[in-house]
Amino acid sequence: MSNYAVRRFKDRLFFFLGIACIVLAVLPLGSILLEVIVKGLPTLSLNFLTTVPGPGGANVGGIGPAIQGSLILIGLTSLIGIPLGVLSGIYLAEYGDAPYARVMRSLNDVLTEFPSIVVGLTVFLVVVLKVSGSVGLGFSPLSGAIALSFILIPIVARTAEEAIKLVPNALREASMALGVRKWRTTLSIVLSVAKAGLVTGILLAVARVAGETAPLILTVLGNTHFFEGFNEPLAALPLQIYQDALSADPGIQARAWGAALILILVVLSLNIVVRLATRGRMGNSGRK
Amino acid sequence: MTTSTAVVNPTVSVKLTGAGSTFINPVLQAMISAYQAATPTVAINYQSVGSGAGISALEGHTVDFAASDAPLQAADIAKAPNALTIPTTIGAEAIAYNVPGIASNLHLTGKVIADIFSGNVTTWNNPEIQSLNTNVTLPSNSILVVHRSDSSGTTFVFTGYLSQESAGWNKTYGQSKTIGWPVGLGANGNAGVAGVVQGTTYTIGYVELDYAIANKMTVASVENNAGNWVLPTLASSAAAATSVTSLPAGNGVWSTFNLLNQPGANTYPIVTFSYILVYKDLSVNTDLNVNSADALVNFLYWAVNTGQGQAQGLSYVPLPANVVAIDVATIQSITFGTTALAIQQ
Amino acid sequence: MKISGDRIFNVVSAVVAATAAVILAITAYTLATGSAPILQKEGLSFFTGIMWNPNPAHEVFGALPYLEGTLVTSAIALIIGVPLSLGIAIFLSEMSPATVRVPISYLVELLAAVPSVIYGLWGLFVFRFYVKDYLEIPLNKYLGWIPAFKGTPYGLDVLTAGLILAIMIIPTVSSISREVLRAVPNPIREGAYSIGATRWEVVSKWVVSYGRSGIFGAAILGLGRAVGETMAVTMVIGNSVGPDAIPTSLLKPSQTMASLIASNVRDASDPLSFSAYIGVGLMLLILGLSINVIAQVMVTRLLKVKGGAVE
Repeated sequence: MSNYAVRRFKDRLFFFLGIACIVLAVLPLGSILLEVIVKGLPTLSLNFLTTVPGPGGANVGGIGPAIQGSLILIGLTSLIGIPLGVLSGIYLAEYGDAPYARVMRSLNDVLTEFPSIVVGLTVFLVVVLKVSGSVGLGFSPLSGAIALSFILIPIVARTAEEAIKLVPNALREASMALGVRKWRTTLSIVLSVAKAGLVTGILLAVARVAGETAPLILTVLGNTHFFEGFNEPLAALPLQIYQDALSADPGIQARAWGAALILILVVLSLNIVVRLATRGRMGNSGRK
Repeated sequence: MTTSTAVVNPTVSVKLTGAGSTFINPVLQAMISAYQAATPTVAINYQSVGSGAGISALEGHTVDFAASDAPLQAADIAKAPNALTIPTTIGAEAIAYNVPGIASNLHLTGKVIADIFSGNVTTWNNPEIQSLNTNVTLPSNSILVVHRSDSSGTTFVFTGYLSQESAGWNKTYGQSKTIGWPVGLGANGNAGVAGVVQGTTYTIGYVELDYAIANKMTVASVENNAGNWVLPTLASSAAAATSVTSLPAGNGVWSTFNLLNQPGANTYPIVTFSYILVYKDLSVNTDLNVNSADALVNFLYWAVNTGQGQAQGLSYVPLPANVVAIDVATIQSITFGTTALAIQQ
Repeated sequence: MKISGDRIFNVVSAVVAATAAVILAITAYTLATGSAPILQKEGLSFFTGIMWNPNPAHEVFGALPYLEGTLVTSAIALIIGVPLSLGIAIFLSEMSPATVRVPISYLVELLAAVPSVIYGLWGLFVFRFYVKDYLEIPLNKYLGWIPAFKGTPYGLDVLTAGLILAIMIIPTVSSISREVLRAVPNPIREGAYSIGATRWEVVSKWVVSYGRSGIFGAAILGLGRAVGETMAVTMVIGNSVGPDAIPTSLLKPSQTMASLIASNVRDASDPLSFSAYIGVGLMLLILGLSINVIAQVMVTRLLKVKGGAVE
């Protein structure tokens, strides 16, 4: 312990390096938010949010169909994905020790980290194409929702499992001691106790899915009109951003930033609200 | 055998979907806007995803019509039997560049362009370029080639031109909607190429003329068949179309047809038709019914006639009368199953 | 005999729990059958070839450059992203005052909430110019004699793509590393402090080495994320094809497997080239799966053995 000053200096340096790492990580977040606000805000108007996109030049139009399309996709995806995800989660939490459940849990975790373009490619081949061996739904809201629910299901299953595991066993035992069957206990008592955690997980998963772009390129195609039917192509916010960003027309580029502002507002506010609401209850251990 | 004729019911709203060429996108969107204003019951959704993607969507029956700058090739015809070819507009491809201090009118020959895009000429002051531009001070910076990253009819036309101009190009790369580019940066769509060329100095790329003009890009004069230096303009691309005398029929084979290197003193050499492709029997598209099929036929008829008025403002060439006549015959031959489709215009 | 409600519920939920397995199976089967034609034609050279030309007269498909593009951009992401993430994790778990811990971890995790396409938009219009002006031009000017910094800086290249990936993996790697560090038993820290070690010494000599394999697992999970990332990369990597996509320099456009599929697959006009894109999808699937399985095994094993912090 001869060189106390040097060791102290190292310790301080280490502290500041830690701060530097955080600054370096948060800087891009700040830059992204700043640019999206600065470049996106001037485009915003009621008109921008409700009209169809124009061809460019003097007529840039708005992102109405994209907003509507994203809402439809989120709705359909939730309808397909949440029940399947939650039920998977229940199984993994309540019967999770069997070898079968362990395998299913691992596969679920693997699917959580799946490249989303591969999901899009698969749905394109299996669901979209109208050739033999494919379901033939075409570029449509349902094709998009199937692709997005492939992404949603494993995330919901995982968070549902964690939320349900947090329910104290005493509650289950008390319920069953009163003669309530296990499945009723699970569906009524356990789920209602785990509700907050479930909702949190589902909202975060939906926020994640709302911003997915890669699977949509191959499944909904895009549309310059509002919703036209379940067998017609559909617009979506992330797709609109991607297509508009590649334009050389400054007006259309601005439209991309406007759409990005809306998307990021939705996604980040969902995240922030959920986190603030659950901070007290879940503390540090519940988050992943 | 045609047994009956369907007439579009104007009170029923109809949805039509097309996809394909980004080359035709500005003029087609303008046509669609104008047509929908006049015919509010018909909603047409055109997505400019690239000609290759458009043709595959047609083959997969996921769209009602496709647009492409490349005619259907043998493999396509096999997968989309009885598809009709309807030349819908004419456009030029500009060689756009971004070299600080150098205005439009840099002289380039097809051979030099091929050498640039195959990586044989790598700096702006290379003797091959300098000797064509003796009065211009060219920088020594490296040339950044910008090409399409998606499958595109624009690439098909451009590489077709390079194949005609350079035996080496033809042998190594040939003509295709996608090419294994030896050099350069890929960008998505005509707009993407225009965006990258504009945003990056010392670049060169190929874009549809309207994109070059709309974005005020600097473009090269290209040597034509007559040995003259010609800038891409509406007039110089229109000159290419006037000299066309014999065209295949709408149900004929267009795979080798092109408007490249047409004769004429002031003809720009890189000019192409952009085609709309539809099935002759629209009942193969399960999304369509008699009424929507008739609406599609009426839109196509309008597009090759009245719709041509949208072309000039956007630097596309209106179709000459002989092409319109062939198109009208083609459009009139479209049926829905055995039902003929009436044109009410 | 009456079948009990419990039994039905057990069976139904067990069947539903197989959804993920079914999706995986469908994906693997579809991609395997879809890529059969290209594997029959190209054989092994699909994985080792570098030429890529869908023109039927010059048809050749070699996917090696995209595998290399994927690996090099992901490697940059790890080299930059993992030390940063580790710094954040150590700061948050070992040094930061409790009052700032929660807000900072929220901020870092918000990075994961930003959609990929917005990273791409920001990369294309904002970040790439920073990279070009403040990193690439100086690197090229002073270190241009090193092959990795050769080329012409224009910001749509391997370096920009790698840096964006680095940002994108930070939330994953840092939050898992934090959990790993939290799983390090407190007596280890107390023992070290009691013999007079400074915080730096405690962390560097004891805590990190104790959690080493978990941190490695976190990095691998970050690698998995980087490998599969699509939109942000597609928008900034320059999308070159064939031999030109081989990432011989950081200042060179390239292509990853994911970006190749995203920008080209809708071109199915030629059956063989369509099969080639599916083949690239299969390669991506296999690479992604193996990375993930390794990561899962490493992280879960460690967290399981060393105290159930992740319940």
